[in-house]
Order: sequence, then C-alpha cells, then structure tokens
Amino acid sequence: MLEAIVSLGGIGLSAAILLGLASKKFAVEVDPRELEILDALPGANCGACGFPGCAGFARALAEGKVDPAACTPGGQATIERLASILGVSAKLREPEVAVVICQGDRVKAKDKYRYLGVEDCNAAQKLADGPKACPGGCLGLGSCVRACPFGAIEITKQGLAVISREKCTGCTKCIAVCPRQVIRMVPASATVHVLCNSHDKGAVVRKYCQVGCIACQICKKAAPEAYVIEDFLARVVYAHHGQAAPAIEKCPTHCIRDFIAGYPEGSTFAPSIVPTSDEAA
Amino acid sequence: MSRKPKTFHGGLHPPDSKAASADKAVEICPLPDEIIIPLSQHIGAPAEPCVAVGDSVCRGQVVGEARGFVSVPVHASTSGEVVAVEARPHPSGRDLPAVVIRPDGRDQWCDDLRGLGEDELAAESVRNKLCACGIVGLGGATFPTHVKLSPPPEKPIDTLIINGAECEPYLTTDYRLMLEDPEQILDGVRLFAGVLGRPRIFIGIEENKPAAIKVIDAACASSDIEVVPLRVKYPQGAEKQLIYAITGREVPSGGLPMDAGVLVQNVRTAAAVSVAVRTGQPLIEQVLTVTGPGVAEPKNLRVRIGTPLRHLIDACGGFNGEPGKIILGGPMMGTAQLSLDVPVTRGAGGLLIFRQEDVDPRPEGPCIRCGRCVSVCPARILPTTIVAYARNDQVETAETLGVLDCIECGCCTYICPSMIPLVQFIRQAKGAIMAQKRNA
Repeated sequence: MLEAIVSLGGIGLSAAILLGLASKKFAVEVDPRELEILDALPGANCGACGFPGCAGFARALAEGKVDPAACTPGGQATIERLASILGVSAKLREPEVAVVICQGDRVKAKDKYRYLGVEDCNAAQKLADGPKACPGGCLGLGSCVRACPFGAIEITKQGLAVISREKCTGCTKCIAVCPRQVIRMVPASATVHVLCNSHDKGAVVRKYCQVGCIACQICKKAAPEAYVIEDFLARVVYAHHGQAAPAIEKCPTHCIRDFIAGYPEGSTFAPSIVPTSDEAA
Repeated sequence: MSRKPKTFHGGLHPPDSKAASADKAVEICPLPDEIIIPLSQHIGAPAEPCVAVGDSVCRGQVVGEARGFVSVPVHASTSGEVVAVEARPHPSGRDLPAVVIRPDGRDQWCDDLRGLGEDELAAESVRNKLCACGIVGLGGATFPTHVKLSPPPEKPIDTLIINGAECEPYLTTDYRLMLEDPEQILDGVRLFAGVLGRPRIFIGIEENKPAAIKVIDAACASSDIEVVPLRVKYPQGAEKQLIYAITGREVPSGGLPMDAGVLVQNVRTAAAVSVAVRTGQPLIEQVLTVTGPGVAEPKNLRVRIGTPLRHLIDACGGFNGEPGKIILGGPMMGTAQLSLDVPVTRGAGGLLIFRQEDVDPRPEGPCIRCGRCVSVCPARILPTTIVAYARNDQVETAETLGVLDCIECGCCTYICPSMIPLVQFIRQAKGAIMAQKRNA
C-alpha cells in the first residue's frame, strides 16, 4: 500500500517538475493584446478581413500590419474597441450592407430552360449561362446562402435570394460567390433601391420579367437628383438617397423598393426602422 | 499468348435504340433558306471572320481564318450572299459570332480547290491540307486533326486505332458510313498511316454491328489492317478505354494517348481526311442521325454545316408529340439544346428528340451508398466519394481521389437510382481545380 502511494506520488512529482521546466523553457511569447483583441472580434471566422480566421487577424493587428477597419462584420463598435486596445484612432467608415438587386423570382421572371441539376448557382450558370432568361437575374439556387457566415440570406419559396438588412454585416462573401453579380454593397442607411440587374432594352426586359427596369426615365423625372440611368438600367445615387422615395409609386414595373416598407414578396424577414440621422447627406 | 482484352473495366449497356435508323440509307438534306456558320466549331481559339455583309461566297470558301496553332478555319457550306456577321444561337447555349449566308441555290464550288497528288503526300503538306480544310475530330471532341497528327518527337506513335465503336445509343452515322463508304474510310486510314510512318493499324467496331464488321473486314482483306470486334458496352468508343481494349496499354493518369504510343481517330474523321486530301474540299458536310421517340420519321441525313436544327426536323416529317428534350450529339454525352435556331456544327453526330413523357423529371434524392456508380466507372474512380467532397467545396481532397481522370462519360449519372447529377458535380470540381492551378 505504502509503496504504491510513494511510487505513484514520485512519478507524479517528477512529471510535475519536468512539465514545469518545459513550460518555462518552451514558452511561446504571446502579445497580451492579441488575446484581448481576439476577445473583442466577432469570432465568426468569416474571412472578410482577408485572413483565414479571427485569430490570424488578431495577430496581424497586434503586429500593426493591418487596420482595425478591415473587420467589416464587427461594425463601428468593434472597430472603436480594437482601436482603443491598440492605442490608435478609429477610422470612421460608412457601414454597408449587401442587397440583391433583383425581384424576378420563378413567378415573375421567365426561365430559358428547365434546370434539374446541381443546386448551385455557379454550376447552373455554366449551362448556357443559367436557366433564367434574364442575363442578370437571381438564379435562386442559394450559393450565397451557403457562403453567408451570418445566416443573413434566405431563398424565398418562389426562388429569390433576399438579404436581411439587420443580419448582414457587410463581409461581402456573398458577392464573391454570386456568378451573376446581382448582389451589391449599399450604404446601410439607404433603404430605397432599384431592384433590377438587367442592362437589356425595355422591350426585351418586358418579355422575360414583370418587375424589371425598362429604363423609362420616370424615376429620374420624379426625383432627378436621386436616380441615374446608365446602359438601360436605373440606379439610386446613394449620395442623395433621401430624395429617392417619391419615385417608388411612379415606377411602372414596381422595381424600386423601400425596404422599410417591406422585403420582396415571399421573404420571412420583417422590416425594421433604421436610424435616419445621416440621411440626405 | 493470352487472348487480347476486348473491353475495359466498368461501363454499362444502355438499350442501344439504334434500330429506328440503322437500316436507313443516308439521305441528302435539302438546302435551308439560311446557313449559319459559327466561328467556333472546334476546341481551341475561335476563327476570325474574313468576309463582310454583302460579299458573295462560293461553296468551300474560307469565311473565318484560323487563329493560333490549335485552331482551324471555317468554310461556307454553299454558295450565296453573306447577310450578317453577328452573334447567333450556338450549340453551347450562348449566342456566339457566326457568318450568316443566304444560299443562291446554285451550290457553286470554289474553283481553286485542289487535292494533293500521289507525289505530294509528305507529312507536312498533309497536315497543312487538313488544317486548311478545317478537319477536326468528328467523334465529338472536335480537336483539330493536324495538331493530333503532330506528336512531339520524344513520343513516337507505333499504333493507329480507327474508332468505329459508336457506343453511344441511338446514333448510326458511323455505322452507315462504314456500310456505304468503306473505301473512303480506308483511304483516310492509309493517309494517317503515311503521316505517322507505318504504324500497326486496328479498326475497332462493336459486335452489335456485324454488317459493318463484315464490310470493313472484306475491304481490309488485302492489307495488314486488323479489324477488332469489341464487346458492346458504353463507353467502348472512349479513347482511353478503346486503347486498353485493343492494345492492353493504359494511358497514364493525366496523359494523352500519345504517351501510350497510340493515336485514335474516328471513322468519320478518316473519311473527311480522305475527301480533303484527294479533292481539297473542306469539311462542310456532316452525317447526322435524326432520331428519338419525338421525331416522326427517324433518318440519317447528310447535312451541310450551318443548317438550323429546325430544318432537319422538318426534313424528318416534324415532331411526333410534344418535344420535351432535344439533344445534339449522343444521349450520354451530347448537349441539350435551348433553341431550334441552333445550327449543325462540326462533330455533331446526331439530333435526338425526346417527348415530354420520355424525360424523367424526378428531383435529386439522397445517396443510398449502393456503389453502382463505382462499379460502372470506366476511369476506376469513386464518383460518390468525390461528389461528397465536391459538395462541400473540398476540391483538394477530390483531386487526390483522381477527379481529373474522369472522362465525363456519364455512366455514373445514368446508373444512379437517386438521380444525383454526379457528372455535373465532378465537372464543377474539375473546373475549380483547373482555376486554382491557373491562379497558382
């Protein structure tokens, strides 16, 4: 009995001494700020900063290699906290969110052919440039949904991607995977957007989509400052987005939407009021 | 010596459905009102248009010049007036640049077309002739033949295989050609042999074409060309599978047939080579099998390149029922078409019309791990495992599992009871790997 206690205790003691020495000898120097920074980061490992995960970004920050503002998903609060840890001044940056500039779901827009293949927009796009007749419309096969680290995108029952303005952190991962460039970054404060991505002429757009922009110029007449029409497609001039509202009712194809009034048809996201402090800059 | 392998690992045997058109002699398709000559009809750089709207062209005139080494010119397939040089529907599903000709009905050949004499058959001049005549591999890949006939000196070719397998169901164009014009094929074979310098020559034909085997055998009687009957199995006509079946050699992973000392050419390519070298006439015609349950009267048609598909269907008595799927090429490897305004291009061996009720629209289900895709895979890879990785964007792992060895024959997708689009996943993964390699 006694021998067992002594021998086991001896082994434990020697192991403890060895481990203690090893931890001194092989200790890895960690900048204490790095742990603090890691704590302050969102921890989504989304990669929006260009690093594989938050830990890599934290190390680069501690070494002073990157700017805190590279963490877009963190938002202004995170950037300010990072700046105070690092002792630098936080750069103010207009927050942005992603928006799908298309409302042409399966009901409203026509398909060129029936697609029965892999549920992936990039796979579908390779087959005769995708099943959707519109060359810019959302394919609705959810590549962006799978790419979003924040669960901010849904595909409606009618097959249209919709991004929640509340959940989107502006990491731009969805933009990178979309084969049709139908997702755009817009100022988070802007709520009115032209939801169309077709540069075809109006007569062509009408053939395949009920809600496409036909470049009729009516929005520009209703709010000359807030809209610009380029290459047969209207878009909001975000510097003057506060003046965009009057054109919404006038648009003959209803392709301008105020997201405060509601998300596109079929979406489960509920609209909410956003701060309007810096509107109409 | 043991008996030669006459087949390969894997593969399957779909119903061959060739009976509808196998006994129909090749008919000449009437001239359409408009000929659309796409500038991209081969693997490699598209041709550069060299005619303008309003020009009058003769049959066989070059309307698009070759650009780069892996490229061939394209030619007018009848005489007439150029009415447009613009983007038109293309078999790939996109609108691509094409030269549009309104035929004048006289079908006048150009008078400067000239073949090579018996004393001019040096390898270099034959290759130049084939390039000038726009000869590409007509088995479906449309790879320029003169490039294939220019192997680097460190890879000598000692065996020539002529592919008459025609393993795709429904198609009967190679079969009809073998029956109706064996001499033209053999002349092309001799020209290949001349360029390569006396290789061993095999002609592989599937056993379900006994009449063709008999005809070719009789025509080869006085030569040392060997006719090899092959087991009836898809994809018997795939290059690597055919080489293994006939010679027992394996093309190494990532390699080309020339790495095994073999050159494979389709019977129709051989015939086109004969025409080009003997008469100087470019590749402007093509035999197509127009068949399937959705067409009134299946036929084998000799069609001018550039003829819209609509015209072919009219020539076969129109549709039978509501068309559900239209495929240019064979049912296993052909491409579904979006429009009947698409023109016939080089390398298209068939036009298949299926009705709504022939198309199985079941959605994809879960993998039940039955392993059928693995047992039919002629490349001996594991489609289901590769797809599991490809689905999760783990293309590096897919690459280590040999995804680049996939020949995209479609056996796995055909056999899958869960309708999983395996080949499409594999193509996605291959595309991602190639993109990574380009960026690296």
